[in-house]
Amino acid sequence: MSAQGVPGVGQDGLVGRGNRDGARLFREWFDGLTAHAEAGGGGAYVFVMGSLGELLRTFDLPLVFPEINSLQTAVRHQAHDYLNEAEDLGYSPDICGYVKADVATQRRGGLLPMGRIPKPTIAVLTNACNTYIKWAEIWERMYHMPSYVLDIPGTREAGRQTWRGDGAFEKDRSYVTAQLRELIGVLEGVTGRRFDVDRLRETMGYANRMSRGWKRVLELNRGRPAPFNALSDGTIYLGVCNGFRGDERGARYFEDLVEEMEVKRQRGVGTLGDERFRLVFVGVPCYPIFRRFNEMFMEHGGTFVHSTYLWFASGGANVGWEYDLTNPIESLAEGLLVGVRDAMDSMFFQTQALARMIDDYEVDGVVFHPIKSCRTVSTGLADNRRALMTLRDTPSLFIESDMMDKRVVSEAQLKNRIDAFFEGLRSRRQQIAAGTR
Amino acid sequence: MAYAAGVDVGSTQTKAVLIDEQGAIVGRSLVPTGANVIKAAETAFAQALADGDAREEEVEYVVGTGYGRYKVTFGNTQVTEISCHGRGAVHMFPATRTVVDMGGQDTKAIRVSPRGEILDFCMNDKCAAGTGRFLGAASSALEIPLDELGGTALRGERPVRISTTCTVFAESEVLSWLGKGKRVEDILLGVHQSIAVRSAGLLRRVGVEDEVTFTGGVARNVAMINTLEHALGVRLNVSEESHYMGALGAALFARDHILASRSPAAARLAAS
Repeated sequence: MSAQGVPGVGQDGLVGRGNRDGARLFREWFDGLTAHAEAGGGGAYVFVMGSLGELLRTFDLPLVFPEINSLQTAVRHQAHDYLNEAEDLGYSPDICGYVKADVATQRRGGLLPMGRIPKPTIAVLTNACNTYIKWAEIWERMYHMPSYVLDIPGTREAGRQTWRGDGAFEKDRSYVTAQLRELIGVLEGVTGRRFDVDRLRETMGYANRMSRGWKRVLELNRGRPAPFNALSDGTIYLGVCNGFRGDERGARYFEDLVEEMEVKRQRGVGTLGDERFRLVFVGVPCYPIFRRFNEMFMEHGGTFVHSTYLWFASGGANVGWEYDLTNPIESLAEGLLVGVRDAMDSMFFQTQALARMIDDYEVDGVVFHPIKSCRTVSTGLADNRRALMTLRDTPSLFIESDMMDKRVVSEAQLKNRIDAFFEGLRSRRQQIAAGTR
Repeated sequence: MAYAAGVDVGSTQTKAVLIDEQGAIVGRSLVPTGANVIKAAETAFAQALADGDAREEEVEYVVGTGYGRYKVTFGNTQVTEISCHGRGAVHMFPATRTVVDMGGQDTKAIRVSPRGEILDFCMNDKCAAGTGRFLGAASSALEIPLDELGGTALRGERPVRISTTCTVFAESEVLSWLGKGKRVEDILLGVHQSIAVRSAGLLRRVGVEDEVTFTGGVARNVAMINTLEHALGVRLNVSEESHYMGALGAALFARDHILASRSPAAARLAAS
C-alpha cells in the first residue's frame, strides 16, 4: 500500500514531493545530456563511489554516470537487448551487466531509453570498484580519451577508521590531495579552461547542503512508521544525490526532502499503511523486477528502513561530510577520502555498521542480496551474514539474483524464499508475544 | 470428526495428506502434477479423502504448499514448503534440528527450532544439479527406472567422478563414462555422490545439527540416504512418510488454525 490515500497525506502536496521532483530532475538531467550530445559536446564519465561532481562542474563538464544509465535499462525492461548486443561481441555472461549495457550503449551512439549521452571527454574514477578501471579502459580503446584513476586508501582494520589529526590519515589526505592537484591539471588540458577555485567553493557549498540534508533524511527513517522506503524511494533520492552533486538544484532538493520527511514524521505517514516488519537491505537492488521485488516484501507488511546501497552509492553524502570552503582543494581531498573509504567499508567492513543499523532503526530482519554480475559487493556477503548473526539475534534472508540480467532472476524462487522468511518472522513474533522465546 | 488437510503441489508430483485432530495421518495420496496444476491439486485432495474414508465437509481447513500452492483453489491459506517440511519433520522426529528436503526441482537445507519453526534455510539456485532432476537425467541416459537407481548404485564399487554442475550436461557426462567402458553401477554411485556433496554443502551453510531428517521424494532412494550420510558423517532420520512431509506439515498448520479457532487466547496469539 502506498502512502496515497493514507490519513495524514494532506492536500499540500508535500507528501510524495521528493519522488515527483526526483523524477522531474532526472528528466531534466537527461534532456540536458541529450541536447549536449546532439550538439557534439562531450562529458565526464564518473561513478557513484567518488564522482567528484563538485570539481568537474567547475569545468562545465556534464556528468555521465554509466552505472545509472545501465540500471535504467533494466528498470525500463530493456537491459536484455543491451546485454545480448555486448555478448554477441564476445563479452561473457559473467561480466558485470552494467559494463555490458554500457558497451552496447556506446555502440548505439549513446542512445538510451531516457535519451542520448555524450561521448566521454574524460573518465574520472576511483579504486572503489576494480571493474571501474577495466571499464574505463574500454572507453580509452573506443575513444582514445584519457581516464584518471584516483587511488583512495581504504580502512586498514575493521572498525578502526582514522580521522584528521591521526598520522596515517594525514598521509592519506596528502596522497589524495596530490592526486587531485594532478587531476586539475589534466582537466585544464582536456577542456582548455583555467581552474576557478571560487566556482569550486560554490559547488562544494551545494554539496555541503546536500550532505546535511541526506544525513538528516536517513536519520528521520528511524521513526515508526518509516517515512520512506530505502529500496524504492531511496533509489530515487540516490539518483539526485549523484546526478546533482555540486549543483544548486541538488542542494535545494535535499532541503525540500528533509521538510517532507519531517512532515511525514509529524503526521505519522509511513511508506506503508500498516508497517509490520522493518528491514535492512544489503547489496544492489534487483532492477529487472525492481517494483515487483519490493512488492514481495510489502505484501507482508515489510518495509526497508535502510540499506547499504543508500550508504555506498550516495557518493559519500551519507556520512554528512561538510567541506571547509576556506581550504577547498585539501578539503575536497579529505571529503573524497572519507566518502570513498566509507563506501568501501560498506562492502568490506559492514558488520559493525549493520549491527548499529539494527539497533538504531529497530530492525526486524536483514535481507542479503548477492548478485551474479558483481563480485565486489557480493563475494563477502555470506561471511558478513554469519558475522552479523554472531553479533545480533536478528533473522536474515539470503537471496540471489542480479541487478541487470533477468535470465538469472527467478521471481517464483525469490517469492518462495521471501514468503518463508516472513513466515519465520511472524512465528518469532508469536513466540515473543506468548513468552515462549 | 474434524480433519485438517495439506496439499503440496510440487514441480513433478502433488501430494495430499489428511490428519485428524491428534495429528495422526488418516489419508494420503500422490499424483503427477502435469500441466493442469489446479486439477492435480483437486485430484490429490479427493484421493486423500477417499484413502481416509472421509468426506469433504469433514475437512475444516486446508493449507496449500509447494510451488503451486496458490493453485490450491479450494485451500484456505498457503504456507511455503520450506516451513511445511520443517514442521512435518519435527512432528515425525521431534529431535530434528536440521532438515534436508530433496525434491524434483530443488533441494532445501532447513534449520529448525524444537517447535519446528524455521531458523534458517538455503536452497539450490537456478540450477537443478543436486536435486531429483539430476537423478532423472541419469535415469534417462542409462535407461534405468528411477526407483531402481538407488539399488543399482549401491552395487557400485569404484564410483566415477561426476564433475559437471549442470543437469543437462550431466547426461552427456554419464554417456561419456559409458563410452569409456565404466560400469553402470559405478556411474550411478558417482551420480549419487555428486548430489550428496552438493547437498551437504547446502546443509553446512545453515549448520548441521543433530538430528538431521531427510524428506522429499528422493529420500526413498537408498543410495541417496547412504551417500548423504557418508558426506555429512551423521545418521539421517528417514520416515516412511518422507515423500509426504511437505503435505503433512501443511496439514499440521491447517490443524493449528482449527485449534486456534476454538480457543480465543490462541486465536489472539495467531493474529498477533
